[in-house]
Parts: sequence; structure tokens; C-alpha cells
Amino acid sequence: MTRILELKSVNSFYGNIQALYDIDLHIDRGEIITLIGANGAGKTTTLMTVCGVVQARSGEVVYQDETITRVSPEKLVARGICQVPEGRLIFPELTVQENLDMGAFLRNDRDGIRRDIEMCFGLFPILAARRKQQGGTLSGGEQQMLAIARALMAKPKLLLLDEPSMGLAPLVVRQIFDIIKKVNAEHNTTIFLVEQNANLALKIGHRGYVMENGRIVLTDTCDKLLANEQVKKAYLGL
Amino acid sequence: MDYFLELFFGGLTRGSIYALIALGYTMVYGIIELINFAHGEIYMIGAFTGLIVAGVLTALGFPEASILVIALICAVIWSASYGYTVEKIGYKPLRGAQRLSPLISAIGMSIFLQNYVMLAQTPDFLPFPALTPQFDFMKPYSAVMNSSELVIVVATIAVCVGLTLFIKYTKLGKAMRATAQNRKMAMLVGVNVDMVISATFVIGSSLAAVGGVLIASHIGQINYFIGFIAGIKAFTAAVLGGIGSIPGAMLGALVLGLTEAFATGYVSSDYEDVFAFCLLVLILIFRPAGIMGKEKTQKV
Repeated sequence: MTRILELKSVNSFYGNIQALYDIDLHIDRGEIITLIGANGAGKTTTLMTVCGVVQARSGEVVYQDETITRVSPEKLVARGICQVPEGRLIFPELTVQENLDMGAFLRNDRDGIRRDIEMCFGLFPILAARRKQQGGTLSGGEQQMLAIARALMAKPKLLLLDEPSMGLAPLVVRQIFDIIKKVNAEHNTTIFLVEQNANLALKIGHRGYVMENGRIVLTDTCDKLLANEQVKKAYLGL
Repeated sequence: MDYFLELFFGGLTRGSIYALIALGYTMVYGIIELINFAHGEIYMIGAFTGLIVAGVLTALGFPEASILVIALICAVIWSASYGYTVEKIGYKPLRGAQRLSPLISAIGMSIFLQNYVMLAQTPDFLPFPALTPQFDFMKPYSAVMNSSELVIVVATIAVCVGLTLFIKYTKLGKAMRATAQNRKMAMLVGVNVDMVISATFVIGSSLAAVGGVLIASHIGQINYFIGFIAGIKAFTAAVLGGIGSIPGAMLGALVLGLTEAFATGYVSSDYEDVFAFCLLVLILIFRPAGIMGKEKTQKV
């Protein structure tokens, strides 16, 4: 397997406050990587550093053998890194269709875009029914589906998902995780999943990282993490 | 009845000009939540550009109708480049600063541009030639509406329709709406946000320049200070309609223009501003977000 993304001792700051300390992490092509940790551990900052919204003060982010530490977010989208951000961030006054069009903002192949919209409607039939509705009128679960569909419209090679389960009913969460697995398997999209719902996330992931206070404290395959006593106690409530 | 119609069309003309300027305020506010106080000066610079170009073309003996068109085009290009530059120098470095800083910068830009034009031109009123052609078919109606008013109203309607279609259907228009609704997410889908903000300033400035040339030609004189009054009125119109909303700015401008015209006609021209700002106060008391504005609900 080839490496798609690697973080080498990355340090990130918000102003003068350091949020990430020497993060080392790598993702191979086709993997689902899970990053778990408590609130404020630095999970979202890690994603933001990967996609260029927060720029690492030191260290290196390597994507497909190129350093992307100082590359702006919109250029990274063009290279295949897409994010489904925390809180979904649907464009509330654009219709479902327009939200999907925005996902394909950097693409110019009309036919391909149309095909991919149909593909998204296949994955999430409820979105087809809501096509002309404004994004802000959708329920939380529908918005999450729209956010994922919007990211898929950019044909990502690496999909970053930030807490897709946040605030959703268990049934909807399971549905969304099934889709994530399906996207990974069928489109060969590499997935970097950040979750507080450690139990579910570790079940669909291949390898996992555990974060505490801005540092990676543990890494292993997801099966082993699920069985790890420390993880069980701190994150699985067992 | 004729008097009523005359006031009505006069109000429509005023409203049109306010709309052309107010659109710039509201679009910029929609995207970066900044009141661009220098916007009135962009309008004034448009009018001056029109005056200079018209003077040169008249001296060269160009036909009358082409002078208006060329003057408009030059004013649009010149004002747009000013709008673009003002954003790059005055506001872009302050993005991410506290909200007050770009506001102060905007006031500074406004004062600078006013004084720059005053020194470069003259503090006195300059006569502005009537550039709009006099249509024969308007003769029978000259008591209620003249040709230049017709040109202003029609041009404004055309601009508003064009802008609405542009915002709704083009890729850049969609990117502008997306950026206004969520800048961070727009960045995450690959929108070059800096480019969208620049485009907003360019479009807003172009509209103001059109307004500047048309009204200067209608009124017949300009000086360096016209941008201040027009800017305040157009800003009032934008707030009245709901700042950040494009149809709101058009509606707000129309309401303001008509209110002023009728107040002037039926009460006294001394009370023109009193009525305009009383209307603003009333709207803000009963509908704080403006006529078309939405109350912002913050989700925690």
C-alpha cells in the first residue's frame, strides 16, 4: 500500500495557544483511519491542519509525496482533499441541488457532475426528494447526508470527516457509518474519520489514533484498540 | 393627479439612484459584514470620471448618444478599479481583525478619497453636461416625467434584473452566495474567497459608477462632497430593506425615494431628510432586521 498522507511532528497554534504537539500520523491509500479523543484534544485542529485552514507552525504535512504545509484550502480541494466539517456547515439558503453544485465547484465536466449527483441521490435517496428545498430546512441527519454528498461531489481521494455522528439519532448514525464504509469500499476513497463516538468509529476503521491534550498517545489497529484496557476505560465506558 | 404622478416618477428616479448605490453596500455587507463607508466616494469618483470623459469626447466632437455610453463604460472601469484597490489596501490586511478596525479604515478611506478629489479637482461645484438624449416620444408626458428620468429608471431596472440573474445562475454568483452564507465552508469546497470578495467590490463599485454618471447628468452639477450625502441615503436604504439582502436594498431604495419625493412635494422640501430618517427609525423599531432582512438566530 502506498502512503497518501503523512504528518511529521506537526505543531499548530491558535494565536499564541498551542493546540497540537508533535503530531506524527500517516494514512495509506484505501484505509479508514479513526482519530478519537475527548473534547478539546485537538482532533478538529488536526483535520484543519491537513486541509490548510490552520497552517502548521512547524513540522510537515505530506500528501501524495508533496509537501502541502503551506498550501491554501481551495488548492487542496483541487488536489483531492475534501472535508465534511464539524457541524456540517450546509449553505442554509442554497437548495440541496445548489449545495451539491457547490461541492463540484472546481469541476467543469457537466456530464460527470450530473452523473455524480445521481450517484449521490442513489446513496442518499432522501436528498433526491428534497432536491429543491433549502439546505437550512433539512433535519440534522439529512444535513449530514448532504454534507457528505457535497464532499463526494468533488471526487475526493482523501475524505476528512469531522464528527459525522454529532447530535444525530443512533439509527441515523448507523446509516451514515454504513455509507462511509460503502464509499470507502466502492469508490476506493481514503477516509480520515474524527469521532467522539469511539465505539462505532473503531468498528469501521482499519487503524486508529488516540489523542489527549494535543498529543497522540496511542496508535494501533482498531481491533486492538477496541480491546485495549486503557481505551475501554477512557472512551468506551466499559 | 399630474402633480402626484410627477412626484411619483421623481421618487422613482431618486429610488433608482439609491438602489444602484445601496446594492454595493448590501453586497459587501453580506459577504464580509463591513459597512464600506468609502462606497459613496466610489460613486462620486464615477461621476467625476464621467464628467472628464464627456468633456474630452465633446471637445473631440463625438455624437451625443455615444458620449453617454462611453462615459458610462469609462466610469464603470475606473470606479471598479478604485473599489478593488480600496479593498486590497484598506480592508484585506484587516481581515480577521476585530470588527471595529476595518470600519475605521473605511471611514479613513472615505475621508482620504474626498480630500484627494477636492485637491485634484476643485472644491467648487462643477457643471455637468446633460448626457441623456431627449426623446421625442416623451414630449407629451414632459409634465410628469422627462427623458433623463426615464433613462435612469430603465437603466436601474435593467441592472437589477441582470444582477439578480447573475447571482442566481452563474458560477461566480453561486460562489458569492455560498461565501456570504458560510465563508469557511466556501473555502472548503474550493472557492477562492479573496477572489469572490474582490469581485463583490468590483460589481458594487460598477453599479455605483452607473448611478453617479446618470444622476450627475440629471442634476447638472457635481463636487467632491456628493458621495457623502448619497452614500448616507443609500446606506439608509440598504438598512431599511435589510442589510445583506439584495432584493431588500432595491425595495428599501424605492421606499426611501418615494417617501422623500412625497414628503418634499406635499409637506416641504425642508423636511425631506426628516421624513427619510423617521422612516428608518420606525422600521428599525418595528422590524429591526429591515423589511426583507432575516433575524439572525445563533445556534449554540
